[in-house]
Amino acid sequence: MQIQPVLAALRRHRIATIVIALEIALACAVLCNACFLIVRRVQAMHVQSGVDEHALGTIKIEGFEGSQANDLNARVTAALRALPGVQSVSSIGAVPFGEPGVIAGVTRDAAGQQFGGVVDFYVAGPGAAKAMGLRLLAGRMPAPDEYMPVTQIVPKEAPILITHVLAEHLWPGENPLDKTIWSMDTHFRVIGVVDHLTIPQPGSGEEKDADWSIVVPAMPGPQFAGKYLLSASPEDLPRVMRDARIAALKTAPDAVLDLEQSRTIDQLRDTFFLSDRVMTGLLIAVIVALLGTTALGIVGLASFWVAQRRRQIGVRRALGATRGDILRYFQIENFLIVTIGIVAGMILAYAINLVLMSIYELPRLPFGYLPIGAVALWILGQLAVLAPALRAASVPPVAAIRSA
Amino acid sequence: MIGYYVELAVHSLRRNKVLTALMVLAIAVGIGASMTTLTIMHLLSGDPLHGRSGQIFYPQLDANPDSKGRQPYDMLDYPSATALWNAHRADRQALVVNSPIKLLAPGTRLPPLMQPMLSTTADFFPMFAVPFRFGRSWSAEDDAAHARVAVISADLNDRLFAGENSVGRTLRLKNSDVRIVGVLAPWRPSPLFYDVRGGRFASGDTASFYGKPEGVITPFSTALEINDGNFQPFTCWSVPATPGHLQNASCVWIALWVQLGDAAKVAAYRQFLDGYVAQQHALGRLTRTDNTRMRSLTEWLDFNGVVPSDVKLQTSLAFAFLAICLCNVVGLLLAKFLRRGGEIGLRRAMGATRRAVFMQCLVEAGVIGVLGGIGGLFLTVLGLWLVRRQPLPYADVVHLDVSMFLVTFLISVGASLLAGLLPAARASLVEPALQLKVL
Repeated sequence: MQIQPVLAALRRHRIATIVIALEIALACAVLCNACFLIVRRVQAMHVQSGVDEHALGTIKIEGFEGSQANDLNARVTAALRALPGVQSVSSIGAVPFGEPGVIAGVTRDAAGQQFGGVVDFYVAGPGAAKAMGLRLLAGRMPAPDEYMPVTQIVPKEAPILITHVLAEHLWPGENPLDKTIWSMDTHFRVIGVVDHLTIPQPGSGEEKDADWSIVVPAMPGPQFAGKYLLSASPEDLPRVMRDARIAALKTAPDAVLDLEQSRTIDQLRDTFFLSDRVMTGLLIAVIVALLGTTALGIVGLASFWVAQRRRQIGVRRALGATRGDILRYFQIENFLIVTIGIVAGMILAYAINLVLMSIYELPRLPFGYLPIGAVALWILGQLAVLAPALRAASVPPVAAIRSA
Repeated sequence: MIGYYVELAVHSLRRNKVLTALMVLAIAVGIGASMTTLTIMHLLSGDPLHGRSGQIFYPQLDANPDSKGRQPYDMLDYPSATALWNAHRADRQALVVNSPIKLLAPGTRLPPLMQPMLSTTADFFPMFAVPFRFGRSWSAEDDAAHARVAVISADLNDRLFAGENSVGRTLRLKNSDVRIVGVLAPWRPSPLFYDVRGGRFASGDTASFYGKPEGVITPFSTALEINDGNFQPFTCWSVPATPGHLQNASCVWIALWVQLGDAAKVAAYRQFLDGYVAQQHALGRLTRTDNTRMRSLTEWLDFNGVVPSDVKLQTSLAFAFLAICLCNVVGLLLAKFLRRGGEIGLRRAMGATRRAVFMQCLVEAGVIGVLGGIGGLFLTVLGLWLVRRQPLPYADVVHLDVSMFLVTFLISVGASLLAGLLPAARASLVEPALQLKVL
């Protein structure tokens, strides 16, 4: 089967060919970019929190006076610890996928000249780092006597745990242990490096990486109260959380229980990524609708071409062309049109990506998406043209002598 | 003549139902998707003050003594905010600050709840045309006297007092009793413009700007007393000595809105703002004199990029999708008209002008557009209904208004006429003699 005669025939239907190729080009461009956006969202949704998500929950109480804090901490912690199934209860300042905690810029020198970026601080009470399930890569966990009261926002001159990614960002290639950072009118010394710990709200704000977080040990007190981390076995957790909310309401009747934040980490994660899930669903729906529309367009036009060329097909059949020859003719024709569309579509895809890059600060579209889009459209084109082409192949040679 | 063409068009559309259905469906789906997203864009990017926003301005100055000279902070520090406000150089002016507070309504059986509290000054209500259902706002004297008064939203009034006139009743805010002096009528600015700030740090995730107004509103001076210790800074350049107490802290946390009636007043206020900064510079409190801004409300919303980037992305996607649907319709119309080559040739041979053939084809495309528009309208209503069911902060403001209803039809018919142009032109070029031979 030669391509030459197909091309010659296409030249006679220039407008229709261009329209279909344009449709393919647009579909290709949107498809590549939409797939790219979906993959980025899905990657964002699968961010590693670094904590033992299925076994953790949090309780948040607000609306009490600083003077009541010590009493409240003691009563609530005791009440939560007494619940059956609870493995540990500790005070915490923030949890992954919950409300943001302490966010501050850090510097690598006392004078504040060497800016290290804006990072999230997890203020953690005794036992919290262990309960979270943080994996220590180097150094040690805070010792019992290193939990100091919070004076303003964090304890002064505290020892800290830092994530591997943040350590590498602050001191590339160096051993981060015993290094010091300055922030919030005080300084912190690194005593341990943990594998992963996401910031509470990954993907938002100024952070360059989701793992830019620091754990600061602190003793519960007037400036550090009302938020508790519970751990339980994953099977027990839903019941434990139900009981914990009731217990918190009973123990602190004058305060207000924050129902939105008093949930399991799994639930907080679900809520946090809700809009991403909705958007991903929407993008997938657009892709499906787009491919469907494109396929219908191909079917419509190919059917028309088959009807129009009934007589010519009959002549070719009468001259000895097999059914396979006719079938292949339409398949090659479709392949050529789709190819023209894909070539234009790739240029368009990059143009759209450039616009997206400037508006949404997206990275450049990786080349890998182009062959995926191309193959998808080739397959779609071949499938769409199959029915009309089969109809063409079933035209009997005798059609040649009948009028069209 | 047009009537006859419409009749012909309907006849022709009936002849090939599958093809017609495909075209109408393509237009309907494309219109449905693009109008759903366009309606949301229209609702989210509208003027929240309906034509008065040109008079509302947001003064900013660079309060950080170690400023590197980038954009000034999005909010003001306490000394600057109160000094500018106390000068009374604008037609109307309002300080705005937000804080969470524990709220209890004595005499009701509701447990205490946490509510965001808006604290402002008396001009806020007339300046932003806030509607009242019961009572009134507080006066400038109340501001000065730190009066224990509050205005509550219609939502909170429904929740606490079942929508009854609650003026004169008492609310317990943290440890203080305040008297309700006014209840707002339902008021739902979109976006919640007076709370907009920090948009450029949100990475496009700005849906929270479209939340509901605060339940309880108190005078600024009163709030500083009753909720001391619970104020959140926008940012600080050194740690506050007492957390939540920000009056003498190196933090920015207060917004100032001013209303300026005409261009001369705007120019005068700019001068006043620069003068204030120069004076403070001379006193050694502020370091930068060249870093003031005074954006109008609209400019401020633009600067903060209030329309969430997801919404913009959805709109561009939907229009790309509409373009693909239209390409489809062009192809199908082309096929349809050219299949009728013989018929058109005959008409031409009988004396029809090219113009007449062109018009007839275009009318047929227009009829498809109207049908597609009706389908698209149904799909738009369905799409908006689906959006309203999503847990989005702006879900409750999503609706189809009359203007968007008309735009739907205009775009639909316009798009299908556009799609019909090329096929109709092609059809009108059919040579009568050539076609007659094959008939």
